[in-house]
Amino acid sequence: MSEVLVVIDHAEGEVKKPTYELLTIARRLGEPAAVFFGSPEQGDAVAEKVKKYGAAKVYVVDDAQIKGYLVAPKAEALQQLAEKTGPAAILLPSTFENKEVAGRLAIKLGSGLITDAVDVQEGGVTTQSVFAGNYTVQAKVTTGTPIITVKPNSAAPEEADGAGAVESFAATISDVAKTAQVVATQPRQSTGRPELTEAAIVVSGGRGTGGDFAPVEGFADSLGAAVGASRAAVDSGWMPHAFQVGQTGKTVSPQLYVANGISGAIQHRAGMQTSKTIVAVNKDPEAPIFELVDFGVVGDLHTVLPAATEKVKERKG
Amino acid sequence: MNIVVCVKYVPDATADRRFEDDFTVDRVGVDGLLSELDEYAVEQALQFREKREGEEITVTALTVGPEKAVDAVRKALQMGADSGVHVVDDAIAGSDYLGTSLVLAKAVEKIKADTGADLVVCGMASTDAAGSVVPAMLAERLGMPQVTLASVVESQGDQVRIKRDNEGSTEVIGATLPIVLSVTDQSGEARYPSFKGIMAAKKKPLETWSLTDLGLDADQVGLSVAYTQVEDTTARPPRTAGEIVTDEDGSGAGALVDFLASKKFI
Repeated sequence: MSEVLVVIDHAEGEVKKPTYELLTIARRLGEPAAVFFGSPEQGDAVAEKVKKYGAAKVYVVDDAQIKGYLVAPKAEALQQLAEKTGPAAILLPSTFENKEVAGRLAIKLGSGLITDAVDVQEGGVTTQSVFAGNYTVQAKVTTGTPIITVKPNSAAPEEADGAGAVESFAATISDVAKTAQVVATQPRQSTGRPELTEAAIVVSGGRGTGGDFAPVEGFADSLGAAVGASRAAVDSGWMPHAFQVGQTGKTVSPQLYVANGISGAIQHRAGMQTSKTIVAVNKDPEAPIFELVDFGVVGDLHTVLPAATEKVKERKG
Repeated sequence: MNIVVCVKYVPDATADRRFEDDFTVDRVGVDGLLSELDEYAVEQALQFREKREGEEITVTALTVGPEKAVDAVRKALQMGADSGVHVVDDAIAGSDYLGTSLVLAKAVEKIKADTGADLVVCGMASTDAAGSVVPAMLAERLGMPQVTLASVVESQGDQVRIKRDNEGSTEVIGATLPIVLSVTDQSGEARYPSFKGIMAAKKKPLETWSLTDLGLDADQVGLSVAYTQVEDTTARPPRTAGEIVTDEDGSGAGALVDFLASKKFI
């Protein structure tokens, strides 16, 4: 069975959930081989984690020469790894950075590229959600090694025993790939809440918050949810861009999405329309968001949310 | 110095976007316009020029697309770009990322040979495909540094520095011109064309190129040689109308929590 390369999503060796989703999907296409860009010292610990989801091999690529530059070195390393291993497919978690890596890799390998898949079936047929979630598209790579970036929450991670054999891979990075330099990096402070794109529940606020996100955050915390924001709220400077849900921010597809004081413009819908259950609280009964909802409350979020937060706490005891 | 800004003509996101029978995007039957996210690219190209007073800097707007796509270039000219290039050829229709980036790269190379291409600016994504991959692919093909997803752009001499929000961090990226730059919608409000700008745009040079002009053959691009194939497209069924309650004397919170409990979210 051919290998399927799966690029591990991690922060400083801390493996993130989309990795396990990708390994689960990879098993439909071949034998998963995880690729870890990071410190070689963390290789064994990472292998212990990913082998529980079926990774037969773990290629450890020392990122000392890679992390100081934008995108291009990773694409070169993956090209060399793909040429050595001849994989059946290459899967990457769909982040902005990985999509760019995948784009450059597609040119290097002469391979077709599919971005933002929400499902990949046996045989490599992908599903994408397009036009702000109004259409689904079934597509397939027909030339070269399929390169597919997969969105978070595209599969439920399923455990499976893998050998998890660690193999270090020495990539040669060209000077041309080192021309866009990372001059400084400032890690964002953790909010202590779940990651927006991975969360089962997302509670968002928009213009209707008037800049006061406390009711939104309080309700989110009572449900163990991530906090999101509309573009209007981000443009107003009320929330950092990292929290933006929408076409130019994050696309989320949680089990439950609660939109508060968000009108539901196309820009926002593009980022949340595929959520399983949608709930909205908005003062304006004419707000387009109500066309999408499974349940809606016409009312002021500043009174509805604090009261609802208390009730959730009571129920949870 | 010449700046090339890549602009895309896309179906209006607020219109009823759809696919043709061959599963390509309907780019003719649905009203189109300059992709909103490329307006930010035009804006940053213009600001780059304006901030460097005293230098001779021109801006060339480039689009690849059907006849009507020239509207995207016209809008860029109205905003303040100096010249335009429209690459149009029936054989390009249905191109995927690889085909599109190839045509764009060849066009940039031709502009570079004619007037230079010291900076190539793109939007962060198109509003139709929303892939966010073409700027990186263009950089790969042109062999230029890629400096992407900028929210702040600064330059001095041939040095460019940008700020960008990555997944878990804020980064500063530096590179030396020529580069491919992509900018986000956080980079600054795009200007509206003034009346004067609209009038002036009519007299600005606008060239139309075919694949032959770029040294490409029809069998190198387009739907028939795409590396990917769409097998089906399905309109998402409209969501069935949900229950809407009006909050009166605090009833809304109770109803909301009851609903969440009934769905096992609590």
